[in-house]
Amino acid sequence: MPSIKMPKKSTDTDMTPFVDIAFLILSFFIMATKFKPEEPVKVETPNSVSSDILKESNAMLITIDKDSKVYVNFSSVNDANKDKLGTIIDGVATSRGIALTDAEKQNFKGAPILGVPFASLKSYLDIPNAQQGATPQPGIPVLDSLNNELIWWIAETKKAFAGEKLLYLIKGDNTSKYPTFEAVINALRRNEEFKYNLITAQEGAPEGTELFIQRLQKSK
Amino acid sequence: MASIEGGGDSGGHKKGPGVKKAKRMSTRVDMTPMVDLGFLLITFFIFTATMSSPTTMDLNMPKDTDKQEEETKVKQSGALTIMLGKNNNVYYYEGELEANGANFKATDFAGIRKEIIRKKKDVIAAYRGDAACEQKAREKGKDPKAECQDQDLVVVIKPMNEATYKNTVDILDEMTINAVKRFAMVKISDTERDLVNMTEGNAPASK
Repeated sequence: MPSIKMPKKSTDTDMTPFVDIAFLILSFFIMATKFKPEEPVKVETPNSVSSDILKESNAMLITIDKDSKVYVNFSSVNDANKDKLGTIIDGVATSRGIALTDAEKQNFKGAPILGVPFASLKSYLDIPNAQQGATPQPGIPVLDSLNNELIWWIAETKKAFAGEKLLYLIKGDNTSKYPTFEAVINALRRNEEFKYNLITAQEGAPEGTELFIQRLQKSK
Repeated sequence: MASIEGGGDSGGHKKGPGVKKAKRMSTRVDMTPMVDLGFLLITFFIFTATMSSPTTMDLNMPKDTDKQEEETKVKQSGALTIMLGKNNNVYYYEGELEANGANFKATDFAGIRKEIIRKKKDVIAAYRGDAACEQKAREKGKDPKAECQDQDLVVVIKPMNEATYKNTVDILDEMTINAVKRFAMVKISDTERDLVNMTEGNAPASK
């Protein structure tokens, strides 16, 4: 039988285009990535159709986690206004009659997030900043309308930022319960503050609805 | 091309007896480890990337007022009350709640949108012209009809204690989606709470 000679083909493929694409994608991701800041409290925010991008300016951030615990922090306060944090903690200490040392007040400025009742504020501020993130916190009591401690925090913050623009950001978890949110709103209302920003993730307007049609007309 | 073939050994000159034949090295580089590393980095960056920046939803609450004349009047014909229960259930009724609860209905988040749209259409269809409102709109340079025809529509939102924050944001979103201009968040009344509890199969709250 005559044997048919198959031409021998190399099994080597040229990888160069493949590598090119891989590094192109890699460089895209390196440039597009903004690292998530370390979050001491994990919160999954709900989606909304709102398309206003969150402004990074003076803001008091009120966080509600999935167990409906309330925290405050001032992470987005500009560096120029960092000294105002000292005014806030001074005010809280004076108005609530808590004797805080200077070291504890200094500690407050670097605290990642704060969710303790006034009764245990002092002991919480004794913990070094680096370990505060890992310390479980009971949350600021808000549900008791007679002892809504958030009112005091907001009052002191408002005082410290008097005459300046201050945003009230509310970052709630999907599964947190409504009464907590209501209590937070009530605390703000007690301080004569009626405008808030709820932090949400973006989603598109559902097709066929009025908002969808409005946006379509705007983009034309 | 990265693969450049070496010249090969064939057809060279005859070297002298003392000259050692230089070993030809291939210039072809094995790219596999580089590709491996490349993709490893890609996966790393994909996982750590935060592509969407958070957005904010503005919420304005009214000031509490004791004065009767400052309170917002709600026409019963244009009122739609929405209650948020547990497990993403939504309950609603139009106008005033009837004593026997006949107009009290249950739905979900997909159904409530249709209901809002329907209610809005009804309100627009019942619009008979409002001279004062249209005059105001004209002064602002807006289309008087578009501004005023749905002015009677007021959605009252009453979240129950079991409702989640997501439910609350979703229903507020629904207001934006359907361009409802007037809505209010109100505490739920005992009658309504009992009705919802009964519908959900629980005994009415003793409180």
